[in-house]
Amino acid sequence: MSADQLLQVSSLVKEFKVKTVTGIRSVDQTVHAVSGVSFGVGSGETLGLVGESGSGKSTIGRCVLRLIEPTSGTVRFRGRDLVGMRKEELRALRREMQIVFQDPYASLDPRLTVGSAISEPLDIHRTPGDHGAKVAELLELVGLSPDHASRFPHEFSGGQRQRIGIARALALRPKFLVLDEPVSALDVSIQAGVINLLQDLQNEMGLSYLFIAHDLSVVRHISDRIAVMYLGKIVEVAPSEELHAVPAHPYTEALLSAVPEPDPVVERQRHRMILTGDVPSPINPPSGCRFRTRCPKAAEICAAEEPVLTTISEGHEVACHFPDSTPVSLRGTRS
Amino acid sequence: MAESELSSLDASVGLTAESLSPGRLAYRRFLTHKAAVVSVFVLALLVLWVLLSPWTARYGVNEQVFDISKGPNQNLPPADFAWFGTDIIGRDVYSRVLYGVRVSLIIGLASAVFSLALGSLIGAVAGLKGGLFDDIVMRVTDVFLAFPFLVALLVVRNMFGAVGWITVIVGQPSSIRFMVFLFAVFGWMGVARVLRAQVLSLKEREFIEAARALGASNARIIIRHLLPNSIGPMLVSLSLGVVGAIVSEATLSLFGYGPDPGTGATSLGLLVAGSKSAVRAGYWWLALYPFAALLVITLCVSFIGDGLRDAFDPKHGGGR
Amino acid sequence: MLRYALRRAVWLLPTLILVTFLVYVALRLGTDPLASYRRTNIRVSKKKVDEYIAANGLYSGAFGYVRGYFQWLWGFITLDWPRSIKGSREVWPHLKDALANSIRLGLVASMVGILVGNAFGVLAALRPGRLRDTLVNSGALVGLAVPPFVSALLLQLLFAVYWQKWFGYALFPVSGVYPPGHQGFDLFLMIKHMALPVVVVAIQSIAVYSRYMRASLLDVLNSEYMRTARSKGISERRVLVHHALRNALIPVTTLAFLDVGAVVGGLIITEGLFEYPGMGRFFLVAYGNGDFPELMPWMVVIIGSVVTFNLLADIAYAKLDPRIRLG
Repeated sequence: MSADQLLQVSSLVKEFKVKTVTGIRSVDQTVHAVSGVSFGVGSGETLGLVGESGSGKSTIGRCVLRLIEPTSGTVRFRGRDLVGMRKEELRALRREMQIVFQDPYASLDPRLTVGSAISEPLDIHRTPGDHGAKVAELLELVGLSPDHASRFPHEFSGGQRQRIGIARALALRPKFLVLDEPVSALDVSIQAGVINLLQDLQNEMGLSYLFIAHDLSVVRHISDRIAVMYLGKIVEVAPSEELHAVPAHPYTEALLSAVPEPDPVVERQRHRMILTGDVPSPINPPSGCRFRTRCPKAAEICAAEEPVLTTISEGHEVACHFPDSTPVSLRGTRS
Repeated sequence: MAESELSSLDASVGLTAESLSPGRLAYRRFLTHKAAVVSVFVLALLVLWVLLSPWTARYGVNEQVFDISKGPNQNLPPADFAWFGTDIIGRDVYSRVLYGVRVSLIIGLASAVFSLALGSLIGAVAGLKGGLFDDIVMRVTDVFLAFPFLVALLVVRNMFGAVGWITVIVGQPSSIRFMVFLFAVFGWMGVARVLRAQVLSLKEREFIEAARALGASNARIIIRHLLPNSIGPMLVSLSLGVVGAIVSEATLSLFGYGPDPGTGATSLGLLVAGSKSAVRAGYWWLALYPFAALLVITLCVSFIGDGLRDAFDPKHGGGR
Repeated sequence: MLRYALRRAVWLLPTLILVTFLVYVALRLGTDPLASYRRTNIRVSKKKVDEYIAANGLYSGAFGYVRGYFQWLWGFITLDWPRSIKGSREVWPHLKDALANSIRLGLVASMVGILVGNAFGVLAALRPGRLRDTLVNSGALVGLAVPPFVSALLLQLLFAVYWQKWFGYALFPVSGVYPPGHQGFDLFLMIKHMALPVVVVAIQSIAVYSRYMRASLLDVLNSEYMRTARSKGISERRVLVHHALRNALIPVTTLAFLDVGAVVGGLIITEGLFEYPGMGRFFLVAYGNGDFPELMPWMVVIIGSVVTFNLLADIAYAKLDPRIRLG
């Protein structure tokens, strides 16, 4: 990873203390949400971050913006570490990095008009100029009408609200956006429109994205590279096409086989890997490789030794003791 | 762009000609609660009547209906010259009820407003920041709310009354200012707990996180997002606070810890307290009219509070 | 479960000590025990005053308060309680009677409130939006809006004063547990004296419980698992008794525990107006006299019962709700 990365996250750790409250007594337990994650996002690049719920992917998104305090590790944006940064500095930096949330119903204040929601960042940062005109411009940019500024969020559909959320995030002309599952709450028919909008905006404004999603099909086309997470760790990173063609980690393979093929013949013949069991609790993650409890390839070494991310080909890293380097198309129907 | 065609289709769907703010939607729902709407009218009428007491009252607060030299004027049943009868020293009960309601409304409103201001601020900060401040607020309110209300009220009343600088600022325990202060000191706790719960649930909503990501300060988040979204619970707390203070004043008066009747002023509480012995002697008008005034106020405010709760309850939709 | 209860119980003691200390400070500041003593016992000798100060540990200064508190605490534990300011009588026998009277009144009133209130709540929840629901709902709202002293005074007016006027005798007495001068135990007289206070208290608690039960039961009835139970073809009666009521009773039980705990504190307003010699009236009289030696033990009883019943409510809640597991 080169030094010209826009965002560079190194050894990020986030542990939550949870209280199990029983009456007035409580027991403290530690949730290992993110355990030593490193990645970079280049200028104009989109990194897809994929994992099941509970894998820690949303926690990473929030740590990157310091909406939650990381336990340890560094988050460098343009070379400056956000962790431990003073409030004023952080506030200034927030002009450059923004977030779009998953739930378009919860991410807009029901009591603010769309116009005041979008102009709120302008007010906070005391941006000079006509805020009304800027709001109209932003609304048009995301495909809504300037007349909508005086409306309230409850009058809009989910897709429209997500566009409003995007307009708000873009108001300060940021360079970098965290997209926290921006389409998973939307109907499938609307998802494509929002994804296309995000792609167009990226081309027009030169944005970089950290695109968080829980399945690979959504991020495949928009991402340059994809990182797959399992229980707080990145298990595989690769360029998007490479990851789909040659998934080296059994978990990636399982995720890929969950995506149906449009061609019924291929669909019937292809090799499918179904995971059994549940994700273990992040309070007591398994020793060694965290995926071993559900892995078909698990051996003794997996429990004893934790695999580290190793490069297996150009830009392709995987953390597995038994990585598979045959392309999916050549893998057998039964393994 | 293909994308903008798609979105303009998307954008025109389902918009009504008129834009309805959440506040207006709540107002419309409130209008469907008949008892609450009637209560608003009744209460407005009563408040107007009381505000206009220079014209609507028939006698002064300590004026006798006629001089004792013209015949006995004490404890007379309702008559032309005194619609609600006269009291033990020949004063007009109707006029005194008007003055009493005026004082009680002032106490109720003032304490409720102070409680609301103090309580919503403390509750919002406790809910938003959590940590030690939250713990302290919760423990303090726990301890106070665990005591029987009147006991806590009386003990604290005496304690404050013994502290010199407090009595310099808010007057002696029997003054109206002191009572407002006392009720506000108790009233904020209920409000703070309600607001804290509200903020804790709002905090989970992403728009608070969004504001933080935009760089909003805690103060801005509280003023611009948390408090406007807590209008419903705040209004309900306000209505409960008004009734609570009026009833507390009456209760204190009943046991002789209310305003000082010697100063000539009166309150609903003093009128009710005065009726305690009159009731046993059979002078029903001395109890009936102050009670009726008190009940009109408490019932109306309760119904209004109920209507407000329904109007702002998210279960009734509109928000989504 | 036992371990949890024990661990909670261990916390009772520090809580008690802290809260009683705060109350000690508040009462000493508020009632000024020395001034009250001089006010009630005019022309008392200097020696008596000194004895009083020593017996109650009324030392001044911040350190004096702490020292005084621990002296009081030691005396309290060793049952060496200072005598009351007024009449210099022993506190415990008097407090004991008040406690018994309050518990009797409070338990009867709570029972009436819990039984009638919950019944109303169930009736309303079974037919939401219909006439009986509206009646229960607005009845409860009115019941809560009527301050207890209004209903107390109106009942006195009706059943004592006007009954006497119209029929020549009072249907219910308006004060005390027994008529003045009565000796010994008499159940009938006792019930007669308790009737009006019980009604006053019951109005409020019926209103509270019916609203609470209604909300709780509606919550359960609208839940997914109730729909599942119905769709399995279980009879409506079985659905109601086996599934709905059991779950709806969980929050109600917690409330009931807290309520019964509050009974010990007496029903201050009601007892005051009916001159019923319970804990509430004990407090009002002692407070009026600034009787520090009487107020402190009273406070300990109140605090102790509140803390204990809070614990019991928590345990009951945990025991009834299988989702809560105690570590």
